[in-house]
Amino acid sequence: MAYDGSTTGSLAGTLESTIPDGPLSDKWTNYKSNAKLINPANKRKYNIIVVGSGLAGGSAAATLSELGYQVKCFCYQDSPRRAHSIAAQGGINAAKNYQNDGDSVWRLFYDTVKGGDFRSREANVHRLAEISVNIIDQCVAQGVPFAREYGGLLDNRSFGGAQVSRTFYARGQTGQQLLIGAYQALEKEISKGGVTMYPRTEMLDLVKVDGHAKGIVTRDLRTGEIESHAADCVILATGGYGNVFFLSTNAMGCNVMAAFRAHKRGAYMANPCFTQIHPTCIPVSGDYQSKLTLMSESLRNDGRIWVPKSADTAKQIREGKLTAKDVAEEDRDYYLERKYPSFGNLAPRDISSRSAKEACDEGRGVAKTGLGVFLDFSDAIARLGEDTIRARYGNLFQMYEKISGDNPYQTPMMIYPAVHYTMGGLWVDYNLESNVKGLHVLGEANFSDHGANRLGASALMQGLADGYFVIPATLPNYLVDQTPGSASTDMPEFKEAEADAKERIEKLLSINGTKTVDSFHRELGLLVWDKCGMARTKEGLEEALKRIPEIRKDFWENVKIPGSADGVNMELEKAGRVADFIDFAEVLCHDALDREESCGGHFREEYQFTKDDEAVQSGYTNEGEAKRRDDEFAYVSAWEYTDPGDEPILHKEKLVYENVKLSVRSYK
Amino acid sequence: MNLTLKVWRQAHANDTGSIQTYEANDIPVEASFLEMLDIVNERIIIDGGDPIHFDHDCREGICGMCSLTINGVPHSKDRGITTCQVHMRKFRDGDTIWIEPFRAKAFPIVKDLMVDRGAFDRIIAAGGYIDVRTGSAPDANAVPIPKHDADASFDSAACIGCGACVAACKNASAMLFVGAKANHLNRLPQGEPEKDKRTLALVRQMDEEGFGNCTNQYECEAVCPKEISADVIAKLNRDYGAAVARDAVAD
Repeated sequence: MAYDGSTTGSLAGTLESTIPDGPLSDKWTNYKSNAKLINPANKRKYNIIVVGSGLAGGSAAATLSELGYQVKCFCYQDSPRRAHSIAAQGGINAAKNYQNDGDSVWRLFYDTVKGGDFRSREANVHRLAEISVNIIDQCVAQGVPFAREYGGLLDNRSFGGAQVSRTFYARGQTGQQLLIGAYQALEKEISKGGVTMYPRTEMLDLVKVDGHAKGIVTRDLRTGEIESHAADCVILATGGYGNVFFLSTNAMGCNVMAAFRAHKRGAYMANPCFTQIHPTCIPVSGDYQSKLTLMSESLRNDGRIWVPKSADTAKQIREGKLTAKDVAEEDRDYYLERKYPSFGNLAPRDISSRSAKEACDEGRGVAKTGLGVFLDFSDAIARLGEDTIRARYGNLFQMYEKISGDNPYQTPMMIYPAVHYTMGGLWVDYNLESNVKGLHVLGEANFSDHGANRLGASALMQGLADGYFVIPATLPNYLVDQTPGSASTDMPEFKEAEADAKERIEKLLSINGTKTVDSFHRELGLLVWDKCGMARTKEGLEEALKRIPEIRKDFWENVKIPGSADGVNMELEKAGRVADFIDFAEVLCHDALDREESCGGHFREEYQFTKDDEAVQSGYTNEGEAKRRDDEFAYVSAWEYTDPGDEPILHKEKLVYENVKLSVRSYK
Repeated sequence: MNLTLKVWRQAHANDTGSIQTYEANDIPVEASFLEMLDIVNERIIIDGGDPIHFDHDCREGICGMCSLTINGVPHSKDRGITTCQVHMRKFRDGDTIWIEPFRAKAFPIVKDLMVDRGAFDRIIAAGGYIDVRTGSAPDANAVPIPKHDADASFDSAACIGCGACVAACKNASAMLFVGAKANHLNRLPQGEPEKDKRTLALVRQMDEEGFGNCTNQYECEAVCPKEISADVIAKLNRDYGAAVARDAVAD
């Protein structure tokens, strides 16, 4: 649905969300009852390409193969088991209400919409909440060893943005265990012949035939060979774009290439400015640093976050003249507990991150760089004993000690926010189909469920919901109108895309400049973090949009890539990804500039509550909180690609709330 | 800090390969081991050389992709960590560090320090799963699992499939990896129906891939970044013996 009051936006019809009619809680059931079906004998005639083998891609590939489709699955890692879903620590939400604490599908739905700062689609989120319960059943049946109570039933814990305990977990390695479940299901289907796996293979382009996504061009990262693959539809499950910031908690190889290639072929990029900064990461220590390490949000169940009340005390801590223990209780500012008494240290991620930044901006940061706050377990250890804390967080404490060299049982941890997850992604409708027919997008790679901010333990839920349950039900709606095998790699569309891919590689290799790929990535990342990170302004974004073309020009003139296109060449791989990050950063900044409001992970300094606002005077919210502008910005921004350097074209999908009342988000 | 690196370089699978020497000077002591290699690689590239290729991804010890043998020990001599969790503060200024790939016949070299661990995927494909269709599962709490069993299963499921156990073994045996998978699934009620079939398939595929036999050296346990106990090998042997016996008397 197009946005009525649109000035820059265009055209109804291109952004049809295809949300089914009927009451919210019946939509998905009705949809499934009326969805088109393909009979078992015909399913095996259809070929499906799945790019990515994480929770979304792995579960989709396995499930579609179980149903009888022929699947090709691609990943850049040496094994599908290594996709970055594996690094999720804390847990997965599900509205099981096993704790009898008042949870329900409605509550999970409502918490997710509210947590997303009212910028997600009601129908998609409700479907997610409904499916959440099936995911847990499925994973347990696969042998995922979730934490259990002594009676043998499943245990739960609480997570940010919720007042119930609905998070299922497997120590601090929930993502790993869920991914192994999906990976094993995938390997099962590989052994049965339904899935052909292509590890160490990177997608370089999307191929469209008559406007429909019908294949991809890939590079074999071992041999360097460029190949085409044709299919009846293409599914992207290629994760997020957090590495545009260079430093993030993403794996080193995570990239936006597949999504951006699809974007260049016409798929709209939606809400890219909604990026999540995770509040509990280990602070940066030097400019050689290659990545940031996340400490699970579950730590905030027992850890208390604080900085000294006085900037002078903080300065002495930074200089090593004082330690945390020297600061008396009354001189500490437990700022989350102070500002958000009912949620306290479990306030949602965007709010916790921004509060840490504010404290550090006031000169009250405690790490050497000034960018760090304490996460203190001494109260919890005194209350529960060190053994209990070790049982709950042992592996996280160990990880912290390995990296920082400090023992968190004795001294408080230091944490600082870092880029973690990206809510934005390719635009999809209720079927998870993009505006390019036949191109479906799952998991973090799409924009659909988390609005402007994702709640903890919801990424695993969405990835598996999309892969195990949504796409198997929605894909036939597209396929049923397609003649199986209609596309083949002999077609000129494939030959042209292959030639484009080869030309780009040759061009990269021929530059032979003086600067490394990483140096460009670092430069871009610092710029984007500075201007489009935790706080954004019109001036800063305009400056970034001026600087990015300069970086692009410099890159294409001065990058140095050793070696050749034959065989393994990691610098060449990185160069292709960084080139796309540079182009992507422009869409990101355009989106952040367009969205003249603050919501969730997008904080525009111009739009915050001040003491003049009624909501602040009445005590409902605090000064400095994000100020949404629902009348003008309750839409999904979907950007259409234009030539490099030209402004992308904005399309708007108006968000309609029929069940939830838009309110100022308060966690006080 | 200043270091001397002795690094295995091999252009491709069929190249002979050799140890090359690199001076790594002015390395920040807070850097991780892989960040040290990043710094060295940046300098190699600027000098017009081919950077040292190594596998890595998450850099937080969970994806299992990094795979260096550091001073003769897979993932370094420190227990319970992966290569990406090794930090330079563990070394001394002036040290010479030997860096080799994970060495095993079943893990052919791709380039330099990168090896092909596809054999592990093929072992899992042979039987390392519970054959349950999506959508057919009963309620998650329908089958209570004693906490002790769930925890024991988890201890094995913690395997990240890195292959250090194989690289450390003088026989290049994959028994710790296979034992961990068998123990993860065989100890759960959900894994019970396929227990024998699974155990036989895993072991047969392991043998087919060219891994050696276990001679109880416990090197695997010593290097396992997830500290999986060699007890899983004993349990695998027990499950295997029972499965072979039942298989022999079955119709």
